[in-house]
Amino acid sequence: MNKILLIIKREYLSRVRKKSFILMTILGPVLMAGILVVPIWLSLQKSEKQKIEVVDESYQFSYISSKDGLRKGLIPENESVHFDYPEIKIEDARAGFYDTDYDAILYVPRNLLNGGQLGISLFYKKQLSNSVQEHIRTNMSKMIYEVMLAQNKVDMNVIKDAKDKSTFELKTIQLDETGKDKETNTAVNVGIGFACAIAIYFLIFFYGAQVMRGVMEEKTSRIVEVILSSVKPFQLMMGKIIGVAMVGLTQFILWVILTTSIYSIAAATVLKGMDIKRVQQKEEVIRISQDLNASQMGKIEHNPVVELWSKFENVNMPEILICFVLYFLAGYLLYSALFAAIGSAVDNEAETNQFMLPVTIPLVFSFMIAQFVTQDPQGSLAFWFSMIPLTSPVVMMVRLPFGVPMWELALSVSLLIGGFIATTWLAGRIYRTGILMYGKKVSWKELGKWLFYKG
Amino acid sequence: MPSILSAQNIVKRYAAHTALDNVSLEIPAQSIFGLLGPNGAGKTSLIRIINQITGPDSGTVLFEGQKLSPHHIENIGYLPEERGLYKKMEVGEQALYLAQLKGMPKAEAKKKLKQWFDKFDMNAWWNKKVEELSKGMQQKVQFIVTVLHEPKLLILDEPFSGFDPINANLIKNEILSLKEKGSTILFSTHNMGSVEELCDHIALINRSKKILDGPVKEIRKNHKSNTYEIEFSGNMMGFTNSLWTFGKLGEHKMDGEYCKAQVVLTPGTTANQLLESILPVAQIYSFREIIPSMNDIFISKVNAENPLGTKSNFTE
Repeated sequence: MNKILLIIKREYLSRVRKKSFILMTILGPVLMAGILVVPIWLSLQKSEKQKIEVVDESYQFSYISSKDGLRKGLIPENESVHFDYPEIKIEDARAGFYDTDYDAILYVPRNLLNGGQLGISLFYKKQLSNSVQEHIRTNMSKMIYEVMLAQNKVDMNVIKDAKDKSTFELKTIQLDETGKDKETNTAVNVGIGFACAIAIYFLIFFYGAQVMRGVMEEKTSRIVEVILSSVKPFQLMMGKIIGVAMVGLTQFILWVILTTSIYSIAAATVLKGMDIKRVQQKEEVIRISQDLNASQMGKIEHNPVVELWSKFENVNMPEILICFVLYFLAGYLLYSALFAAIGSAVDNEAETNQFMLPVTIPLVFSFMIAQFVTQDPQGSLAFWFSMIPLTSPVVMMVRLPFGVPMWELALSVSLLIGGFIATTWLAGRIYRTGILMYGKKVSWKELGKWLFYKG
Repeated sequence: MPSILSAQNIVKRYAAHTALDNVSLEIPAQSIFGLLGPNGAGKTSLIRIINQITGPDSGTVLFEGQKLSPHHIENIGYLPEERGLYKKMEVGEQALYLAQLKGMPKAEAKKKLKQWFDKFDMNAWWNKKVEELSKGMQQKVQFIVTVLHEPKLLILDEPFSGFDPINANLIKNEILSLKEKGSTILFSTHNMGSVEELCDHIALINRSKKILDGPVKEIRKNHKSNTYEIEFSGNMMGFTNSLWTFGKLGEHKMDGEYCKAQVVLTPGTTANQLLESILPVAQIYSFREIIPSMNDIFISKVNAENPLGTKSNFTE
């Protein structure tokens, strides 16, 4: 037992000290935080105010003031856009565009109300941001809409009222055994489930491959026979597998700590005190303002990133995190034993291919059916593949955010643990023969025979 | 002499062939025991069984009279023929790790390692990665790691491969001094010269069976063919005639007056009778009995077992 600890320690330290480990540990959270922070930061950046020259031939967006005879505009402005309404012909405006400091010319044709809206054009020097374009389009569209209603003597309040009362979002609420409500959001669930599934999929491959390469290194460097005169093959194999697992856990914990700290620092500085509550309020407002008629809210732009991000709060993060670690560990143990067996059976990297394929197929397959699982997370497909040990780490993580009964979770985890004990036993029998076998091209049949060799 | 290791009726089978067929060995304590045999004969299989890397299908191994069990690992040191180290690991750290795996406490291992590193003048290598060392240097590190825990039984498989003559001599002297201090050495090699020089006993394994064992001196004596080599000056014709019925002329050559001839005595004749009969015709420079080398014994024994055309086709 003491010896297996020595092996674990060596496997762990030799990997944790590597430059690549340190680099991955630091870069991981920076990338993760970047993915979370950068879009929000960008969306909140006040871009330089765009000056737009409006050439309005239709007089629907501007009028001549009776006081000073100057043209006055009607399109609402905000912090990122300003409109001027000079008396100028479109040909002249276009010709003189580069002599002015306008960022764009907005042209509205004369026959606007008779299909002329298709001729509304924006000429620019440098492309305007999506939010500015959207601001212009929605406001103009809304103004034309109101004009059309007014011309046809339709009461706008009636339309608004009808629209308000017919617009709703379907609330999905999970009613748990204790009678508590839990509001859920399918999109967020799918997102989290997939993110966890992808992470597990890659981590199992990544660390499984490390085990395989470690075994091959011992075999090809021929140190294995020296070590096997001191410890049992099974101890050496398990020591490596556990050592690498602890490397994975260390990396994961460091990632969580680093990501949260980078994120909170970023939240405190870059986002300038924009706390979650404010984002949520904003998001509530956005939901209302999605209605065209809630135009008074037009100032707040629709931001899907901010919206999605705020919904993470409704998900049971601790449960998902615990299950993630559990499924990663058990899934990793199951697959890494197989990877270790492969590493022991071959003499070089090229020979691994024929054995890698059958081992990776269940993992790739579980990833492929993940999308069907999101459509029906409680269906029989989802149920069975979240029970089968080879596919459950990925499939169960996809199901988890939708809520999985405790007994299913317990059964799935027990089966997975049983699965990894079985694969470890199998792998151990292949390993102890393969690790000392050189210069022989091994076939599946041969591996089968090894299972039955005596000690 | 008490045996430190006794292997009794060991059988080891793999799917297609039998690696060891009823092999028994007695290794006397504080001796150097040569384990000989052609490639693929089963030497490595036997060594792996003694190291408890694999187990026999039947038969028992006794270590100092006790059934071989995991705690004996600490009393055995093994230098495999195919050996290596972790290339990316530092020398000192690696040596410490391997010593601890053999059950040595860290502090003691460190102390002993320092002594050995001083002795072989390799303190500067402590913090170097193994891949930075030459092959000979790596072999030295490996030898130290094998003997560091002062095992009672030391199993050395081709210990001199990869060493230059100076270092080979250094290692040879270390092996002899370990024997003096009480260790027993199981020595596997194809170099018959070093067998004659070092081994007290040998066992010869061929095609999974033991075909010969015993003390080296006795084996060589038993394989004598009653052949004498005589250097003399005189007439070869007269010499041949003088042999009479005492012996038969074997290989011979002449260089003017100088002659060198091998004579196989006829059974019942003594060397003295032969000498008497040739004294009148030849002026003798030297007269000695030819004792077969281990190399000759090896080749003749193995060839007798493997008739031409039935070459061994199994792998180790």
